[in-house]
Amino acid sequence: MARYVANRLMQAVMLLVIVSALGFAILHLAPGGPLSQFAVSSQMTQEDLDRVTKQLGLDRPLPIQYLDWFGRMLRGDWGRSYRDGEAVLSVIGSHLGATLELMATATVIAILLGCWIGVLGAVRRYSLFDSLATVGAMIALSIPTFWFGLVTIYLFSVNLGWLPSGNRQTIGDGSLLDLLHHLIAPAMVLALVETAIWGRFMRSSMLEVINQDYIRTARAKGMPEWRILTLHALRNALLPMITVAGLQFPTLLGGALVTETVFTWPGMGRLFLDSIGYRDYPVVMGILMFSATMVLIGSLLADILYAVVDPRIRVG
Amino acid sequence: MSTAALPTVHLAPGQAAWQRFRRHRLAFAGAVTIVVLVLGSAFGPYLLPFDDTFIDVMKRFAPPLSGAHILGTDELGRDVLARLMMGGRVSLSIGIVAMVIAMAVGILVGAFAGFYGGVLGAVLMRLVDAVLCFPTIFLLLALAALTEPGFVTITLLIAATAWMSVARVVEAQVRSLREREFAIAAVAFGSSNLRIMFRELVPNAMAPIVVAATLNVAKAILLESYVSYLGYGIQPPAASWGNMLNNAQIYLTSAPWLAIAPGIAITLAVTSFNFLGDGLRDALDPRMNIP
Repeated sequence: MARYVANRLMQAVMLLVIVSALGFAILHLAPGGPLSQFAVSSQMTQEDLDRVTKQLGLDRPLPIQYLDWFGRMLRGDWGRSYRDGEAVLSVIGSHLGATLELMATATVIAILLGCWIGVLGAVRRYSLFDSLATVGAMIALSIPTFWFGLVTIYLFSVNLGWLPSGNRQTIGDGSLLDLLHHLIAPAMVLALVETAIWGRFMRSSMLEVINQDYIRTARAKGMPEWRILTLHALRNALLPMITVAGLQFPTLLGGALVTETVFTWPGMGRLFLDSIGYRDYPVVMGILMFSATMVLIGSLLADILYAVVDPRIRVG
Repeated sequence: MSTAALPTVHLAPGQAAWQRFRRHRLAFAGAVTIVVLVLGSAFGPYLLPFDDTFIDVMKRFAPPLSGAHILGTDELGRDVLARLMMGGRVSLSIGIVAMVIAMAVGILVGAFAGFYGGVLGAVLMRLVDAVLCFPTIFLLLALAALTEPGFVTITLLIAATAWMSVARVVEAQVRSLREREFAIAAVAFGSSNLRIMFRELVPNAMAPIVVAATLNVAKAILLESYVSYLGYGIQPPAASWGNMLNNAQIYLTSAPWLAIAPGIAITLAVTSFNFLGDGLRDALDPRMNIP
């Protein structure tokens, strides 16, 4: 086990190095490179630019610059926002809560709904429910998230007036009820795609499990069907879903960005778009690297967790 | 008494695949929808009395089915149907061209990584893993913000964020096909490595590649709509299905049809390609049943 974890950890560190090199390359792709913030201002003469280039060490060879940049990232120095001079990490930190709240809620909805749909689809394979769920999942995966958000706002905010059309809370209110009221629509919108994915994977995972010998043994023992399904089948069918959760993380983050934009949700995704609008490259780069690191850690955790619950994995 | 031999029908592999595909009604419907969308976008604009960029301020926000404007007009009085068709040209072209580029890159990377393996394979596949760490929309938006938006850049950027899954599929296929007899025979014949890779191995991996290509078009159309909706894709006055939704949110109360038509067009196109890909997977490779 320790060897597996160490191995997996090594791979993750190696990936992080490649990811950071890609991030560094993108940063240098920016018009004006890392100096773009000064290049925008017309008050800077070429001499000033040259001086700043020397001061910031941008005249050094690229590999050295990269090592320096990477070292500072590891130490938590991610640069400062062009907009207000705040440290990039603290800007991200102040928006992370809202995003995590949205993502966690959507994930809980998706897991509950998706598992239910998947299990029922597998148990009643090729039934009307199964067919509808399969087609429905395919359509859910094809609807642009932002458009589904617009439709939701149109139906539940504009027409019915049940839900607020955006934001995380009403200013001046602060009750839990108000927060939940604002959370419903964006969480449902973000959960749509996730539910479809969970349902599909859950269905195939469950189908694999219910044909196993130990399920037949349980049936032969005369165990009631619901106990077989919950006690034996579901428990084992859920194991591979740990991997799915890890793999789904990038999609979930991307979906959160779009959902946050539609619902003016003050999270990291909105911050990212605003920063792009302001050409606030340090924050843009920071969020890009931050999200990639989160994905990396997510898949690492999923792999380790899977090895913990399923000992067969560790050997491979 | 002799038992009558049971009539056996032998189908060529192509015919068998076609029959399996026909059985998949949704895939068939998807294929028909794609043809209709492509033809409609290609030739539809010639049948309309309106130009997609013609501004008629007197006829702003005309609701659908009012007079000659079948789908109504937008905030500048432009005909929504004409914009939908012209937008379809842009969105569908981006989807298909981006897929072709992504396939080319993905096949190249996957074939080299799978064939040579070792250090080269490891480096290439770790690169694939690394790019996959970036959530697609974040990466796409960051790159789009750094470059001048337009048809060519958006297409290239979408391809740049979509080739990795193809590379993974091709790498796995080539790596396993490399050990098969026909590949070893090709080596024995003295074929060059490039020839073995692209004349022997890749063509034999065509089934999953075609499926990946179809699903890739769906993904590319969806990505274009995201980027354009967020304002970093196709720029007005040119229409794309994504940027038609750009202003739709502001007029959601007064002119909901502006949001409905392009959204349905995107959903229809993406669903069709997804169903088509699903049907092709069943038809071409019945063993490969990934959910």
